[in-house]
Amino acid sequence: MEYDNKISNIIRDLPRSGIRDFFELVIGRTDVISLGVGEPDKPTPWPIREAVIRSLEKGQTSYTSNLGLESLRIGISEYVTKHFRTTYDPKTEILVTVGVSEALDIAFRAVLNPGDEVIYHEPCYVSYSPSIKMAYGVPVVVQTREENEFALMAEDVEKAITPRTKVIALNFPTNPTGGIMPQEELAKIAALAVKHDLLVFTDEIYSELLYDGRQHKSIVEFPGMRERTILLHGFSKAFAMTGWRLGYACAPAPLREAMMKIHQYCMLCAPIMSQMAGIEALKMGEAAYEDMRQSYEQRRNLIVSRLNGMGLHCFNPGGAFYVFPEIRSTGLTSKEFAIQLLEKKSVAVVPGSAFSSAGEGFVRCCYATAPELIAKAMDLMEEFVNEVRAKK
Amino acid sequence: MDPLIELLRNNSNRSPKEIALALGLAESEVTARIAAAEADGTILGYSAVVDRLKAGDRRVTALIEVRISPERDGGFDRLARRISKFDQVRDCFLMSGGYDLAVIVEGKDLLDVATFVSEKLSTLGGVLSTATRFELKAYKENGFLANGGGDEERLPVSP
Repeated sequence: MEYDNKISNIIRDLPRSGIRDFFELVIGRTDVISLGVGEPDKPTPWPIREAVIRSLEKGQTSYTSNLGLESLRIGISEYVTKHFRTTYDPKTEILVTVGVSEALDIAFRAVLNPGDEVIYHEPCYVSYSPSIKMAYGVPVVVQTREENEFALMAEDVEKAITPRTKVIALNFPTNPTGGIMPQEELAKIAALAVKHDLLVFTDEIYSELLYDGRQHKSIVEFPGMRERTILLHGFSKAFAMTGWRLGYACAPAPLREAMMKIHQYCMLCAPIMSQMAGIEALKMGEAAYEDMRQSYEQRRNLIVSRLNGMGLHCFNPGGAFYVFPEIRSTGLTSKEFAIQLLEKKSVAVVPGSAFSSAGEGFVRCCYATAPELIAKAMDLMEEFVNEVRAKK
Repeated sequence: MDPLIELLRNNSNRSPKEIALALGLAESEVTARIAAAEADGTILGYSAVVDRLKAGDRRVTALIEVRISPERDGGFDRLARRISKFDQVRDCFLMSGGYDLAVIVEGKDLLDVATFVSEKLSTLGGVLSTATRFELKAYKENGFLANGGGDEERLPVSP
């Protein structure tokens, strides 16, 4: 059978995730020190896992409300009020989803008509452009630059706005760069959204992981923003719950209701076990992640210092658990660097180009890895860089 | 707590250079502060946390609950320090509740521990009673799970 004409044009033309290509090179090798992951190195805190075991023993295995368990939504409302100083009604303004990935997908589908434009920033997490295209939208890229520590500049956003612009999508702190947003720039982007009557989707998945004593401020907190913002958050990164696939969206009731329509038909509800885990995670609150956050900060200091020490320029990122060193001085492309480092030294990093063309010339190293392994990986990377330079 | 001390408490096996990078300090400062903490008794010592079964250590460990009578000056301290000085005593804590001292003793076998308790510990002036409880199996030591961890599999590369 000729399958090409059986597959939808949009899906046929979507590129495969560059991460997957690289994953296939690494999989099956047991000798690799991996700085290639996008998740914490510890399993979910035991009290959360234990609460789920107890819920299974009690037989809590049924469907839940499409919106998610009410007690979880109440917990989310309290957590969001505390962390983002913005209050949402658990009954009408919160939707529990299968990870932020689902929340992002249904948010785009809920608001976009074919041809509507979405401004987003690159380098970024792999799903932004495909999710927009799958919702028949038009992705409009604004590049963030190393000279600005990968923060998004309002003047670049302004240049990208057209009459078809409907949404600005933000994700700070950012995967893969660790970049964060200076508040004055965020204020300017908020003002642009108000001026041009745009929606803003803010993916807050790394918002708990900020360093050097910084306090997170979301764009939703700026004047005029609550009514036009969909706040997307989840449990994966701070609570080390990536595999539970649990996220949520907070939005004004009409937007939440539109998203709910899609969610109820395509997902029905998030798995009840994961929702039970979420309830316990919110009860733990900061206690679940504060020690890890402090430990990440120390690991970040270690890896940034080692990378700069070997002559790979690397800014000190303010959030998430990634560093994004520039590798152009080796004369290699991102992909060559990553593949040769893997083959010669058995250290896995992800080529920046996997996160869009704006990531070329960089690699992503995740420091949610044991400090001993980071130190070992840095020793090996330094050997590799010296060997490449000697050959040049 | 001093972050340097906390770091060493979690893993004392890290080089001063690595600690310096993690905390954003000069290596010389880390070395000096560790030396100072050792000198003033903040750091009592270093040891590896060992799975004794895997290491082939067949010695026995017992928790001995000791009731003692406090003295007019100094309370429990003098006697507790005296008990702590025996090489067989690995840990000694003053406790709240039904007994006073929790004394953890290691010996080469049951008889060895029993002899220590009956001949050395119980005969000390001020010791009112002892109750010896032998450890059967260690599941967690100093924060480390025995046979634990390592069974969670992460993908080597993920987005």
